[in-house]
Amino acid sequence: MDDVIEIAGLRKHFGPTKALDGLDLTVRAGEVHGFLGPNGAGKSTTLRVLLGLLRSDGGTARMLGGDPWHDAAALHHRLAYVPGDVTLWPGLSGGEVIDLLGRLRGGLDPKRRAALLERFELDPTKKSRNYSKGNRQKVALVAALASDVELLLLDEPTSGLDPLMEAAFRECVEEARQEGRTALLSSHILAEVEVLCDRVTIIRDGRTVETGSLAELRHLTRTSVRAELAQPADGLSDLPGVHDLDVEGNRVHCQVDTAHLDDLLRHLAAAGIRSLVSQPPTLEELFLRHYSGDDGADVAVGAGAAAGAGEGGDDG
Amino acid sequence: MAESVGTRALVRLDLRLDRLRLGLLIGGLAAFVAMVCSSFDSLYPEAADRQSFAADMSASGAIRAFYGTVYGTSIGALTAWRSSGMTAIAALVAMFLVVRHTRGDEESGRRELLGATVVGRQAPLVATLVVALAAYVVLAAAITLVLLALGQPFAGSLALGLAFAGMGWVFAGVAAVAAQLTVSSRTANGIAAAVLAVAALLRMGGNAADANGGSAPWPVWLSPMGWADQVRPFAGNHWWVLILFVVATAVLVAAALVLSTRRDVGGGLLPTRPGPAAGASWLRSPVALAWRLQWGSLLAWAVGLGVFGAVIGGVAKSAADVVRDNPDLADMIERLGGKGVISDAFLAGSIGFLGVAAAGCGIQAALRLRGEETSERAEPVLATSVPRLRWAGSHFVFAFVGPAVAMLVAGVAAGVAYGLSLGDGLDQVGRVLAGALVQLPAVWVMAGVAILLIGAFPRWSSASWLALIAVIVILFVADLIDGAQWLKDLSPFTHIPKVPGGSVQALPLVLLTTVAAALSTTGIEALRRRDLG
Repeated sequence: MDDVIEIAGLRKHFGPTKALDGLDLTVRAGEVHGFLGPNGAGKSTTLRVLLGLLRSDGGTARMLGGDPWHDAAALHHRLAYVPGDVTLWPGLSGGEVIDLLGRLRGGLDPKRRAALLERFELDPTKKSRNYSKGNRQKVALVAALASDVELLLLDEPTSGLDPLMEAAFRECVEEARQEGRTALLSSHILAEVEVLCDRVTIIRDGRTVETGSLAELRHLTRTSVRAELAQPADGLSDLPGVHDLDVEGNRVHCQVDTAHLDDLLRHLAAAGIRSLVSQPPTLEELFLRHYSGDDGADVAVGAGAAAGAGEGGDDG
Repeated sequence: MAESVGTRALVRLDLRLDRLRLGLLIGGLAAFVAMVCSSFDSLYPEAADRQSFAADMSASGAIRAFYGTVYGTSIGALTAWRSSGMTAIAALVAMFLVVRHTRGDEESGRRELLGATVVGRQAPLVATLVVALAAYVVLAAAITLVLLALGQPFAGSLALGLAFAGMGWVFAGVAAVAAQLTVSSRTANGIAAAVLAVAALLRMGGNAADANGGSAPWPVWLSPMGWADQVRPFAGNHWWVLILFVVATAVLVAAALVLSTRRDVGGGLLPTRPGPAAGASWLRSPVALAWRLQWGSLLAWAVGLGVFGAVIGGVAKSAADVVRDNPDLADMIERLGGKGVISDAFLAGSIGFLGVAAAGCGIQAALRLRGEETSERAEPVLATSVPRLRWAGSHFVFAFVGPAVAMLVAGVAAGVAYGLSLGDGLDQVGRVLAGALVQLPAVWVMAGVAILLIGAFPRWSSASWLALIAVIVILFVADLIDGAQWLKDLSPFTHIPKVPGGSVQALPLVLLTTVAAALSTTGIEALRRRDLG
């Protein structure tokens, strides 16, 4: 067993609305996989298909070697889930909810439960109706993390947590990884993704637009280059992969596809480099480019059309 | 006035959200009254017939307890008399409306979203009350108009319309107060429903004691439902009784407004206690969770039906009182098998009403599952290793067991009370209990309808309540319409043998149980195949 989740060409529509339109996602055993996309891109729908709550309309989805729809109950022994929007039974206390969900999954470790309650500073005697959003999320997190499972499905699990609790959450996920567990983490908090995730998948409008390790993704994007030269350089505009070229006498400023950085630097070196500043794209730029509305839209990061890096979306 | 700024916009919002429900309420009740009126018109066109019908209906305390006292023999007066039970429906709708827009919105957090805009502290409550009170004025106008169109006098038509409106007003006020007391809209509805149940019981008791049709006995005056009778539409039109509704509504609304300033948004006046830090060891299965969520309302149903059962059993003996003053009838009854026959017939008939109420319990229990689904509380449960059918079954089982237990309690209570009134001790319990338990197949059919809707047509789940209302309407009016046997046959309760008194035939019970099973199985199968959430 190497891939914990294998989704290919997954489709799901609600009436005329296409929620998933050929989505691909592969999560390898033992990795923490970031699942990113703008609001309404289909992240929660994907998770609900994986949980067997929604039936897919096309494509294939396998999880832990089984079919998420037909083998739902059996597979759920081996996974834990934290919803993005946690609603609890208003009359039950947090402690009751944690124990109930743990037992329904097939048991939870009381020591771990106690440790997690302390770590997340959660009062288990409060009735659920009196919890804040963050505290309801903690209840769901403790219930999920206190069980000994192979796979964690986390749907924006930290959106209501304070920075301290977010740090506690990161530690927990880090520990889970060290214990060899797998996690699929849907999140908008890029710093969290950058720290925790081995690989990420970016989706938009129900399709996968990018997938790979962060290093790979960076490679597919553009670097900003600012140089002062000994003499004006010719033919820069003819170089492949150079964009937004701005030449002012001996000064050059441009964006270059990271794959063509070599060519550009060779060309600049020929003219004699006096100073050079090169900035790799920030994670934020990477996401902004994919999150932005249409394919051609440009969100003030000078990224231009997505065509150069669109190979990730190889759906059929 | 800053407290109620924004009311106008919220009134529009409430109307937008409730236009369908209010339309159904107003159209439905007006149509019901019109149907009753035209039935009397065609069934008893002669004054002499109406007089003897009215005499029969007033003769026994037990019948008065249910339908109310007959105050006149005109078609209008009989219409008012037969429609009076429906004022309880007007009250229920008002209650649910007010609680939904006040405590319901607070519980769901919508109130917070509204409260952050330019909306005064009192505006949501005031807006809801404005909508509710205005809707019932429209209801009064609609009832007046349909009766006028059927050729009834204006004064009586207006009086009956206002009696319905009065019930709506008072219970809008009751619900507004209840919504201030607790943090859960379910409990607020429960408190208001308990007030309505007490009002109905006081009316029953008062009417049973009101033998001469003169001034009503005191319990009637404690009950808003009794006031609605005492307006006496088409039979004197006691306009001053309407003042009681207005005063009571004003007092309740004022109380709600004062109470609402003494608490936090989202908070209640009754304190909430902390819960256990760990789940009890029995809380480890979907059924245990469903029980934890449902036991309170199931208990309330059992207690409520038990109390009504005891009242029915207690007054059943007096159903035969009619015989005392009427030697001809007494002869006939002796030939039929004695006084017991009338009491038995009364018991069988009124236990039928309890059966319909128990169907409400079953529908409510089944709809809990849909509530779990739409609130997304089903998601964390189904993300554990609970199979979907076990989750569904965990709530549906209470749709069958809950009403069964409630009917058991009601049957025993009625049997004990009847036996005590006869001085027979516990001898009557078996016979009366049998009458209660034979209702169950019909009750389960209604639960089956709810399960079918939840599974196959989830968006229409709450139409289960419409099915129940249809059954109630059939119960009240079908015997007044000529050739309406087909209408009667639509209700599963029509096919239940009349016990005690009649003989138990197995076939209809088996068939109804089969229908209930088929409806439930189809619903569950559809639920297994569809998307959740």
